[in-house]
Amino acid sequence: MSTATAHQTAGPFWHLIDFPEWSDLLREDGPNAGIAGERITLQGTVTDGDGALVTDAMIEIWHADPEGRYDGAFQGFGRCGTDAGGRFRFTTLKPGPVPGRGNTLQAPHVQIAIFARGLLRHLTTRLYFADDPLNESDPLLALVPVERRCTMIATPVIPGTWQLDIRLQGGAETVFLEV
Amino acid sequence: MVRMTDPTPYARAVPGSQPPLDSPDYGSTHRRAPKQEPIRAPVTLTEASSPRFALPSHADLSVVDGHAAMGERIIVAGRVLDERGAPLRGSMVEIWQANSAGRYHHARDQHDAPLDPHFSGQGRVFTDDEGWYRFTTIRPGAYPWRNHHNAWRPTHIHFSLFGHGFAQRLVTQMYFPGDPLLALDPIFLATADEAARDRLIGKFDLDITRPEFALGYRFDITLRGEAATPFEEGRA
Ligand SMILES: [Fe+3]
Repeated sequence: MSTATAHQTAGPFWHLIDFPEWSDLLREDGPNAGIAGERITLQGTVTDGDGALVTDAMIEIWHADPEGRYDGAFQGFGRCGTDAGGRFRFTTLKPGPVPGRGNTLQAPHVQIAIFARGLLRHLTTRLYFADDPLNESDPLLALVPVERRCTMIATPVIPGTWQLDIRLQGGAETVFLEV
Repeated sequence: MVRMTDPTPYARAVPGSQPPLDSPDYGSTHRRAPKQEPIRAPVTLTEASSPRFALPSHADLSVVDGHAAMGERIIVAGRVLDERGAPLRGSMVEIWQANSAGRYHHARDQHDAPLDPHFSGQGRVFTDDEGWYRFTTIRPGAYPWRNHHNAWRPTHIHFSLFGHGFAQRLVTQMYFPGDPLLALDPIFLATADEAARDRLIGKFDLDITRPEFALGYRFDITLRGEAATPFEEGRA
């Protein structure tokens, strides 16, 4: 037995491993070219405890394919830096419901990891899709106080484009997760 | 639907072995560290699965277009294991770092130190069957930051790792032995446990050193593993 290595901040200069095309999971020369499904855009802003835009964060997403599987051809991984407006934006396929523990079913969701200067360890949250009937019975959402669930539920701004803003700290602080 | 076996929970962090989110001496945490406790959730397929990358490797950072980068060439190698000692095979290891003068090839790095046109400071390899990775690079320089008066980051290389599950995702830094700045660095010191901090320091290794070529440093990385006892299991 050994102990897991300590996390350290990604710092402000992580962009040396930023490959901007990775924010488009459906890019022509990427691993998912030609895979069918409902094309969606996921976008949002990241702000700090003062409401200031976080313009140097690395956002990663990880999610299942349209059938709710992780072991198929689809690679639901993306990486995107926040821009001068604190914004991130991904293009991908909408995930399907994923089996949960026991006989449960998880509502469609996207795992989000946030790395930045000032984060000694990365933060993890989830994006759910507003109005999905499975949200009502999602086992993870059930663990979140009702009044804070909205911080994990993306809303459609136009059809196919879902918005979820991330607040690292403060009044409407995003719910962060630990497994 | 086909019933799947539930994923095994991951072990919780050993107390003191990980940095806290809120660290008073590291100014950038003040407005960025969440104030609320995280929600503890049981592991599901989402956290227990991870991307499979098919990407080219870039193991030698010390040469660009046939031109050698300036500075002291070094080899950094080690194994990626989980807490039970099992090697992680085929895992993507990414690194990024400043050049020998302490300057990042990055538009926002305004440190008044020279850029090196033959050093970009980015690498990527995949672990072999025993979990080994290996880079040839240039020993980075220390650089100033604005955390407090006369603040300098110790020499370090940033590392990014993926395990078999997204819950094993790790971004960390490797430091160098004997660096006097370690005793002054709020980021390094934020981790309470001295042994945990010591594991972030690469060790000079004559077996990794290549004669007439470069000194070698060993940096092993441990990703969180499965819980060893039922007491460590995530709550359902
Ligand atoms: Fe750095």
